Amino acid sequence: MNAPLTSPAAAKLWPIPLEIDSLVRRFGQVTAVDGISLELRAGECFGLLGPNGAGKSTLIRCIVGRAIPDAGRVSVFGSQAGSVDARAALGWIPQELALYPRLTCKENLAAFGRYHGLSGDKLRESVAWCLDWAALADRAGDLEKNLSGGMKRRLNMAAGIIHRPRIVLMDEPTVGVDPQSRNRIFEMIEALRGEGAAIIYTTHYMEEAERLCDRVAIIDHGRIIALGSNEELIHGAFASRSQVMARFDGPPADVSSWVERHAGRLVDGSAEFTIDHSTQIAGLLDDAAKAGLELLDVTLRRPNLESVFLHLTGRELRD
Amino acid sequence: MIIPIVRTALMALRRDRASLALSFILPIAFFSIFAVIFGGQHDSTPKIKVILVDEDKSSASLDLARGLEREDSLVVLTRPTSKNKAAQQPAEYTAATAEAAVKSGDAPVALIIPRGFGQNPISFGRDLGGPAIQLLNDSSDLIAPQMVAGLLQKAAMTAMPEVMAEQGMKYSEQYIGGFTPEQRKRSDAGLEELRKIQSGGAGSRSNAAGNGIIAVNSRAVVGENKRNPMVSFYAAAIGVMFLLFTASGSAGSLLDEAESGTLDRVLSSRVTMTALLAGKLAFNTLLAFTQLTVMFLWAWAVFKLDFFTHIPGFLVMGLCTAFAVAAFGMVLASLCHTRAQLGALSTLLILTMSAVGGSMFPRFLMPAVMQKAGLFTINAWAIDGFTKVFWRDLPVQDLWQQVSVLLAVGIALFIVARRIARRWEFA
Repeated sequence: MNAPLTSPAAAKLWPIPLEIDSLVRRFGQVTAVDGISLELRAGECFGLLGPNGAGKSTLIRCIVGRAIPDAGRVSVFGSQAGSVDARAALGWIPQELALYPRLTCKENLAAFGRYHGLSGDKLRESVAWCLDWAALADRAGDLEKNLSGGMKRRLNMAAGIIHRPRIVLMDEPTVGVDPQSRNRIFEMIEALRGEGAAIIYTTHYMEEAERLCDRVAIIDHGRIIALGSNEELIHGAFASRSQVMARFDGPPADVSSWVERHAGRLVDGSAEFTIDHSTQIAGLLDDAAKAGLELLDVTLRRPNLESVFLHLTGRELRD
Repeated sequence: MIIPIVRTALMALRRDRASLALSFILPIAFFSIFAVIFGGQHDSTPKIKVILVDEDKSSASLDLARGLEREDSLVVLTRPTSKNKAAQQPAEYTAATAEAAVKSGDAPVALIIPRGFGQNPISFGRDLGGPAIQLLNDSSDLIAPQMVAGLLQKAAMTAMPEVMAEQGMKYSEQYIGGFTPEQRKRSDAGLEELRKIQSGGAGSRSNAAGNGIIAVNSRAVVGENKRNPMVSFYAAAIGVMFLLFTASGSAGSLLDEAESGTLDRVLSSRVTMTALLAGKLAFNTLLAFTQLTVMFLWAWAVFKLDFFTHIPGFLVMGLCTAFAVAAFGMVLASLCHTRAQLGALSTLLILTMSAVGGSMFPRFLMPAVMQKAGLFTINAWAIDGFTKVFWRDLPVQDLWQQVSVLLAVGIALFIVARRIARRWEFA
């Protein structure tokens, strides 16, 4: 049985939890994972950010041993992906609600605990810990199918860590949940980090990656197109520049041609410009007025991961 | 508004292959099976196996035996069929071995022509009648003994005219008071003529059926003490069919788990695909066995089946049947991609197997071809085994054939299911 989660300090002493080297996975003509290499550090939360179909889930399935790579290598604490040791060290929280609908919360957790080799007091303790962690202790005897969507998500997460793995792979765990449940899930993840687990967190929500992750890899078409901390990624793409968002009232064709003239782009009807200094805003707005465009509102903001993705790919994350 | 609704339904049906299969293939398959069984397309009439023991060896008994052998609807066996053609022929049946053969189900009827039969083969009255022919039968087959008894009388009428005439003379002499020398001379000449015709091989196919001119004592050697003879057959027959449905439905949980992603999650734990399938197989075997047990207990409680005197045989047959059936369900589930596919395929296969294998209609009443085809089904082997236990009261060791086949089928199907399940192993 793998060691239970310990303190973040102890976690730092472990060897590199996860190493991925030149991983390739193809499905027919489609290359879902195209030569990805990365390293997960002890105790860190590592984000995989990319649009749907970017290859995030396939990468996770390769790590967990559920997909065989066509090339490359995945090493979990030095063991090959899919090996008994690797399986014991990994906890996988799939995107789907992979649970037994006709079992209660407690029975679901106990079933997955047994599949991971837990029994007796260890199993009971682990089930109780997970129910607490997921704030489902008072619903322990309820059937999974009778839970709300948010509760099902939390139970789905609890089932993935029932064996107290040292690495947790979370594949879009907040899909389809309301903001309140999402916040609850964030708290669970932060609690898990407090226990010393290293986490890989896939999402296509930029806010989640920014809030939870120490480092982020932006993935597109199966490749990592940028990797680093939030600040590193933003700085790498924009340096100290800022973004101006402005909405105008005027004929769309006029707005469009004016935006193009100023090397901006239209995003959801808003004109977006990258500027080096805030003093440039006045010049832009003055020029818009001269072009006959009436300003509705204007916002100055620091670029975020979404801006980085847009900057790198020319597409939005949710395209 | 009606046409758009019809159009939408048609488009949906066209893409639902499972429903299409159920709508068109199943009725055609069933029609064909029952047409073969009842319609006489190939080997129309089921032949009845009759064991014949001639203890008399008189000319009358030999004539009668030949007459029976000429009947198209009978297969007359005078000795057990040798499985090894090169080996020496087995010894002829005796009264005892014939009775044992009927008990073990080798044939539904045995005829014993006793010593002294030839002296007075025709019995119009008790005074002159010799020993009666013994007809031993298996009472699970209600038709065979009736047919054999009728054909026996027919054979007597058509195969032994000389004996009949001679016997008639004897009755005449007894009741009229003797012939004159001239009458005797003429009757002897007539009898000689009949002998010539008879020895000339005039195997008449006359339809004239006699009725009771040969004394026959019928005795059921199997099932004579059964309180409700056909209950054990139907408990097994219907039980196996529903077991197959339950097993395939239960194995379908694999498809649900694959669809929900639970299967992936389970396989990412310490559980391997082989362990997962073996676990499902064990559960489905237990489920099927419990279902059988409930069915037989119901038959005991309501229909007076002798359940508790056959526990060892039931355990052996029940577990082997449940195992084979569970493995069958696993193959179907691993073969299909959706519940709908599984529903269509299992309905098609199970109803076909049940029809051919004797769950709907006893196999002994089917044409020979269909009886042989039935041996390719789990139903036939299971029903045969349960019949041995509950009907023939045979000991457990006599189930070795059924047990071997069911276990071998179960193991083979599990291996097949494991191979097909590789598609779930890695994406």
